[in-house]
Amino acid sequence: MKRLLLVLLTLLLPVSAFGLEKEVAPIDAAGRSDKEASLPEYFVPPPPFSEGIYPCSQCHEGMPVNPKRRVLKDFHTDIELKNHAEDQRWCLDCHNANNRDVLRLVSGKVIRFEESYYLCGQCHGTIFRDWKAGVHGKRTGEWNGKKVYRLCVHCHNPHQPRFKPLEPKPPPVKPSHIK
Amino acid sequence: MSEQSGRAKRARGLSRRRFLKGAASGVAALAIPVQAADAMTWEAFFQRHFREMNDAEKSDVVARLEKEYAEKYGVSFNISTHEALPGVKFGYGLDLSRCIGCRRCVYACVGENNQSRDPQIHWISVLRFRKGDKWVNDLENSEKYYNPETVPEPGYFYMPVQCQQCENPPCVKACPTQATWKDEDDGIVVIDYNWCIGCRYCMAACPYGARHFNWTRPGIPKEELNPNTHYLGNRPRYVGVVEKCTFCIQRTRNDPGRYPACVEICPVGARKFGNLLDPNSEIRYCIEKKRVFRLKEDLNTQPKFFYFFAT
Repeated sequence: MKRLLLVLLTLLLPVSAFGLEKEVAPIDAAGRSDKEASLPEYFVPPPPFSEGIYPCSQCHEGMPVNPKRRVLKDFHTDIELKNHAEDQRWCLDCHNANNRDVLRLVSGKVIRFEESYYLCGQCHGTIFRDWKAGVHGKRTGEWNGKKVYRLCVHCHNPHQPRFKPLEPKPPPVKPSHIK
Repeated sequence: MSEQSGRAKRARGLSRRRFLKGAASGVAALAIPVQAADAMTWEAFFQRHFREMNDAEKSDVVARLEKEYAEKYGVSFNISTHEALPGVKFGYGLDLSRCIGCRRCVYACVGENNQSRDPQIHWISVLRFRKGDKWVNDLENSEKYYNPETVPEPGYFYMPVQCQQCENPPCVKACPTQATWKDEDDGIVVIDYNWCIGCRYCMAACPYGARHFNWTRPGIPKEELNPNTHYLGNRPRYVGVVEKCTFCIQRTRNDPGRYPACVEICPVGARKFGNLLDPNSEIRYCIEKKRVFRLKEDLNTQPKFFYFFAT
């Protein structure tokens, strides 16, 4: 019995230590923990906002917050949630209710639109991991120098993320047609 | 019997006068370069093999070629002879689960690498396969001329093929003049267009159909020429020489060096490029974390071009 307790104790110790560490993790000025601050910086072009839509506060400032799921009739009528678990989520799951100029994570933490990859990465963890390594998604720049990443939303419309089909470039000339 | 007598008659018919005449015109033909006067022709004729040249000789050759190209194309070219970077071996990754077969890479490559527009030369071929069909060892039965309204088409997938930059390249073994070789450092298989005699043995030897021949002088509109070139890469080619992908040697063999043109254009980010010797490179990540294969591995060509499937 004593031995069993001892084993249990040794098993529990690292867990509690981990819990403690998590609580005291220091936060820097930008509200980022040490772990986040040590992440490499991703050079991304500005988010692809529709013309004139940002900052959101120019309209939403002072507007009462209505968290109810409904058909939008006055504004944002072009936004349709499709192929992205639309039955399980609504605007304010990702958009921040109190300050519309930022996004919010499930944890309640707010992030800038330029960091929206953290938002997508909450569910798409394996893709996020590949993206950070430069393997998911388009990257340009220098293979041994400065690399330009793209935000998820540069290729995937966040409300309808499926990649849109493209018109192919012309096929090669058949050898029989070469003069 | 009659044939023999005919030959004898012909031999007798070759008079002293006709022989001398023939010999004289032969010498005249040989002397044409002298008449064309310029030292440039002689220099080109006696140019040494690229790998035997020292730096001074290389810069002489580059100066001569830049002058020649300026006269020929009316565009001022910059021809680099950069050697491989230390500690670098290039590798390429292509994500087959992302490629949508849009052929943007094909035309980005044509523009970057001064390929002939007319007659058409493409260094990249995008092959289409029906899902579920026999495919990877059956390239001949793939479709290269698909032309739907939009891609990807349901029920199909796409595999772009270009030079696989083999570690054990059959094309290099086939070349009778050593005009093509694999750089022992960064591993790019290159061609010296001034050394190639156009025998096309390398084309027959390549199992990937990656090499292409200039049947005529390349036809490129002047305004579409890319003047930033490498001697072993995208400088304008001559009639009668073979060419192929060099991983954009003019971009990549620099520090810092840009990604190849096909990597930069790919709208779905299916193309990955990097240093195989750097454990933190994208290509190493692909090889270590993804399901990777190389085309026609059983031929022991050991390509440095890795196809993979990302999740």
